[in-house]
Amino acid sequence: MTGATPTPARTPDADAGAVYQLTVNGTPLTVEGSRPTDSLLHVLRDRLGLPGAKNACEQGECGSCSVLVDGMLVCACLELAEAAVGCEITTVEGLTPVGAEPGDAALTGAVLTDVQQAMIEAGGVQCGFCTPGFIVAIQDLLGRVPEPGPLEVREALAGNLCRCTGYGRILAAIERVVAVRGNGR
Amino acid sequence: MTPVRASTGVEAPSARGGAASVAGIGDSPVRPDGTPKVQGGFAFASDLEADGMLWGRTLRSPHAHARLRSVEIGRAFAIPGVSCVLTADDVPGTATYGLISPDQPVFARDVVRYMGEPVAAVAADHPDTARRALAAIAVDYEPLDPLVDPTRAASVETPPIHPDGNVIRHIRIDHGDPAATGDVVVEGVYEVGMQDQAFLGPESGLAIPDGDGGVDLWVATQSLHEDRDQLAACLGLPHEQVRLHLGGVGGAFGGREDLSIHVHACLLALRTGRPVKMSYLRDESFVGHVHRHPARMRYRHHATTAGDLVKIEAQVLLDGGAYASSSWAVVSNAARFACGPYRVPNALVDATVVRTNNPPCGAMRGFGAVQVCFGHESQMDKLATRLGMDPVELRVRNALETGDVLPTGQRLTGAVPVAECIRAAVEHPLPTTSSDGWLERPGGAGRTAEASRVRRGVGVAAGFKNLMYSEGAEDDSEARVRLSEGVASITCAVAEVGQGFVTIASQIARTVLGCDAVVEPAGTVGIGSAGSSSASRQTWMSGGAVLRAAREVAVQVRSALAERLGVAPGSLTLTDDGRIVAAAAGEAAGGGRALDMTVAEAAGDGIFEATAVQRHRRTYQLDERGQGDADVSFVFAAHRAVVDVDTDLGLVRVVQVTTGQDVGRMLHPTQVIGQIEGGIAQGVGLAVMEEIVVEDGVVRNPSFTDYLIPTVADTPEVLATCIEQPEPEAPFGAKGAGEPPTISSTAAVAAAIRAATGVDVTRVPVRPWDLI
Amino acid sequence: MTVLAPTRLDDAVAALAADSSLTVLAGGTDLMVAVNYGQYRPAGVLSLRRVPELHDWHVEGEGSAAHVVLGAATSYTTLLDPALAALVPALAQASRTVGSPQIRNTGTIGGNLGTASPAGDTLPVLVALDATVELASASGRRRMPVSEFVTGPKRTALAPGELVTAVRVPIARGPQEFLKIGVRNAMVIAVANCALVLDLGRRHLACALGSVGPVPMRDRDAERWAEARLDWDGRPALDHALVDDFGRRMATISRPIDDHRATAAYRRHAVEVLARRALARAWVAT
Repeated sequence: MTGATPTPARTPDADAGAVYQLTVNGTPLTVEGSRPTDSLLHVLRDRLGLPGAKNACEQGECGSCSVLVDGMLVCACLELAEAAVGCEITTVEGLTPVGAEPGDAALTGAVLTDVQQAMIEAGGVQCGFCTPGFIVAIQDLLGRVPEPGPLEVREALAGNLCRCTGYGRILAAIERVVAVRGNGR
Repeated sequence: MTPVRASTGVEAPSARGGAASVAGIGDSPVRPDGTPKVQGGFAFASDLEADGMLWGRTLRSPHAHARLRSVEIGRAFAIPGVSCVLTADDVPGTATYGLISPDQPVFARDVVRYMGEPVAAVAADHPDTARRALAAIAVDYEPLDPLVDPTRAASVETPPIHPDGNVIRHIRIDHGDPAATGDVVVEGVYEVGMQDQAFLGPESGLAIPDGDGGVDLWVATQSLHEDRDQLAACLGLPHEQVRLHLGGVGGAFGGREDLSIHVHACLLALRTGRPVKMSYLRDESFVGHVHRHPARMRYRHHATTAGDLVKIEAQVLLDGGAYASSSWAVVSNAARFACGPYRVPNALVDATVVRTNNPPCGAMRGFGAVQVCFGHESQMDKLATRLGMDPVELRVRNALETGDVLPTGQRLTGAVPVAECIRAAVEHPLPTTSSDGWLERPGGAGRTAEASRVRRGVGVAAGFKNLMYSEGAEDDSEARVRLSEGVASITCAVAEVGQGFVTIASQIARTVLGCDAVVEPAGTVGIGSAGSSSASRQTWMSGGAVLRAAREVAVQVRSALAERLGVAPGSLTLTDDGRIVAAAAGEAAGGGRALDMTVAEAAGDGIFEATAVQRHRRTYQLDERGQGDADVSFVFAAHRAVVDVDTDLGLVRVVQVTTGQDVGRMLHPTQVIGQIEGGIAQGVGLAVMEEIVVEDGVVRNPSFTDYLIPTVADTPEVLATCIEQPEPEAPFGAKGAGEPPTISSTAAVAAAIRAATGVDVTRVPVRPWDLI
Repeated sequence: MTVLAPTRLDDAVAALAADSSLTVLAGGTDLMVAVNYGQYRPAGVLSLRRVPELHDWHVEGEGSAAHVVLGAATSYTTLLDPALAALVPALAQASRTVGSPQIRNTGTIGGNLGTASPAGDTLPVLVALDATVELASASGRRRMPVSEFVTGPKRTALAPGELVTAVRVPIARGPQEFLKIGVRNAMVIAVANCALVLDLGRRHLACALGSVGPVPMRDRDAERWAEARLDWDGRPALDHALVDDFGRRMATISRPIDDHRATAAYRRHAVEVLARRALARAWVAT
């Protein structure tokens, strides 16, 4: 019984759906006790102990639940979990620094990606509710477009709402990452 | 004055050095909760779970006004997995609660007064089961005509919709000579729509019964002790048995000052003996918290032909919705700030907040000052036009200064850099005209813009409000600092809602004690109230409490060290950057070497602890003429907005917003910039896109699909100048930075739209059809 | 509740034939909102994620008979692909305005058709281009114009047991425009939208309006009126009076309503502006 550390709920469930496997962050995970109509968001958070994707709207209007499915940025709240069987799912918890393999035990959770580091340093995090979604969306963008122009960045992130920051420090963080990566090339 | 540019790509530099130590005040260290937040591991209230937990949900009225004839819960209980169903009969303590007066029922009985009013609650094994249980509860409503017109609500002829009456508060400010007039008179009627805080983290909490009749509640809130007091009363339990802990908060902006899931979750937990989690979906969130008061304002400004304000008359009507919440204080703010940050020798202000069957309204960032700012700044522009004066010059000419007297009779004794804020806002270079693609044109990716039909306009506005609570409200904050093994641990019940209190608290302790600091999880146990995270007060009150406690610890350490060295404590000096130094050789022990170490080092193996309370001087309730020293301190800001408008379609793009903001002193420059950029985005939202649409008391757009907040494709370039004139009574001289960015940014955007279109914009948010 | 995930189109059709109560799931961007909010409980789901031909597109025919055939599960992001955008520019322009990148990666043209919202952004484009839908069921395949498929607000001619398999879009030779009005720059439901297509070879103009009627609004009389008066040989010289007149005519065919997003009067005014701007822009485009 603890408040602070989220753990998967173990309440028995009469309407439980099928048992199936989802490949999340490189690892096959068994899903038990979910409801058939559960979204991927619910399964990640309530069954698989991965609460990084957030539930700000569950309508696809805020991006707080952004994850990658087969390498594409999507809203986990709009994915039927059971229909994601066979897909490669990446959550914020599975992002690793450039050059590392997903699921690299020594790195997962211990080291921040350059995007995560820049977000903190630039002041792009206030309440943090939008943050995981932004981290996934930014990593996706920079992975596809290494040097996006300012308008390209805005269009690419228009699906991620933030209510605290006004986006200024988030954009500053992205500029920082692009500059550093550019220098490293 | 320390200019800090906040445009994208330019770093906010630290404030000038000197007393600031590395990662101490004046620096911009990373926030202590930053790492878990970027990794997705930070536990928000909606992430919390407990073994054996049930899910709670609330049944809410679909009617804005109805007689509640019966609530039949039997069929809900028949659903497998449903553990508990509660109604008004199940509230053991006080049936009602409220921030100022307890007028709001935990569950409705006999009547429902707004769409969304709670009628029952259930606990079940899964959120879906809980939802089915709600659908199985049979409620017999007899719909009644809703009272939705605030003007009617203000009339004595209208039957009260609540035992406390329909007029929640009326304030009159009568200042100077009521018969005074000016050579030039301008009038106007203005309206502000209902804005929503729209914080991203939904209302959430987890209640865990302790098996002894008491309960622990983890909840996202703005004020733990305030919640605890109301909650305990409703549960009929003493305070010791109701323990609140802060669950991670996903933004607040005033929307979490009132109770949300608290009583329902705790009652369900106590009744079932199991943990109960509640987390609202977005549609429930939109009806589950208070909104910003819609306002109708009538103004008349009198001035001399030279442009000096002679008199302001204002009538302000706020729609408080069904329950009072903090309306009593909001209307006072609206009245006290109705004239704007100007010298006004004569003023007559009548401000009323009424009760209707519209959604309840209460605190939202700016708290009444936002609405009247749109009124008084629209008037100032009208006056400038009538006088043939430049709008900036008119404002600067009348700008308040230290020593001036407000329409409440209160004399300004602190820093009052109004003119400086205005000049700073307009000093920034105007944006160049850009044609860099559709996103930079009104209409955006919709590709509607036609360049020859786009007009650019520039507008300016200034505003102010109070810092801290007013009119005698208790405002104290308590903090404890404990120094042990080289780390300072801070205990304070401040609700960290994203604003970064945890960061500056650490900086303060670091600055005083010269060591790393950690902030303990916030809760009601073992520490007194910190007051709410609102009214831009926490830096002053809780930062101040942490400062006091840390200084006491430093004094204790110095005494202990002095005793060890066999010298008088006075021979050791505590420096501004957390060190203890001694005068030259001979005074210190150890062979004549000068002593110089951090307080933490000097503490050695000892454990030192101090608890301190920060208070401020007394404030007074306004008298029957609205006179009284109601406030401790004031904060000022000005904004300039540049907009492009498609004049055929009425679509607006906000290109740039600049600001000069009175900050006193920046304890954490990057966090200040974050408040400015975030607040300006909310101000832009109120100007052009955000409105809770209510028809006959029913909310028509309770979703992010149709309650539109700015995306990153909508926010303007922001350039900020932070004006540092230390506030004499404030710890570090720092003023709260959260609210000023929202107060005059909306009015500046509206003024820019007027300039671009020539349309007399008299309401915000502006809709496209208002402009064509 | 079963979740079927066939890998072949024939299997998908057969599954739907065997159980027409199955809910078809492509992108899910409309369906899952209703599911998340408890407004809809599918009895069974037929996921189309793994059916390759539904996600592919190709060109058929040549010259004036050339078509793009879009699998029904073609996403908005795919519609933005430069190769496709070159063939159907207005569809790419419309797709860019839909939702967010997350929605565009997931949502599909088949879903836009199946939902048939009056504000659906691809619908006016498809109607203006005289696109047809391909439907498959156990009884076989059939086609019908999109303008007949969308029958009313959120209503289609889809029969029980039937699946939208493809959308066939004629490749027009000429400029195309799609314009959409929303109060925000992204993630906004159209207050009004307008698709305009010029076929320079055939001297043909088509213009369809969205969000101003129960279905996309199009009027052949207004189009013929404009076709007869446009100086096709004199392009790009622009007759402003003609363009303005065209805008007015399009406004008269609209049947907008008042709702929480906009007033009918504004919508009527807006489509006049959109139609005239779309024509002016398309006319002078190279």
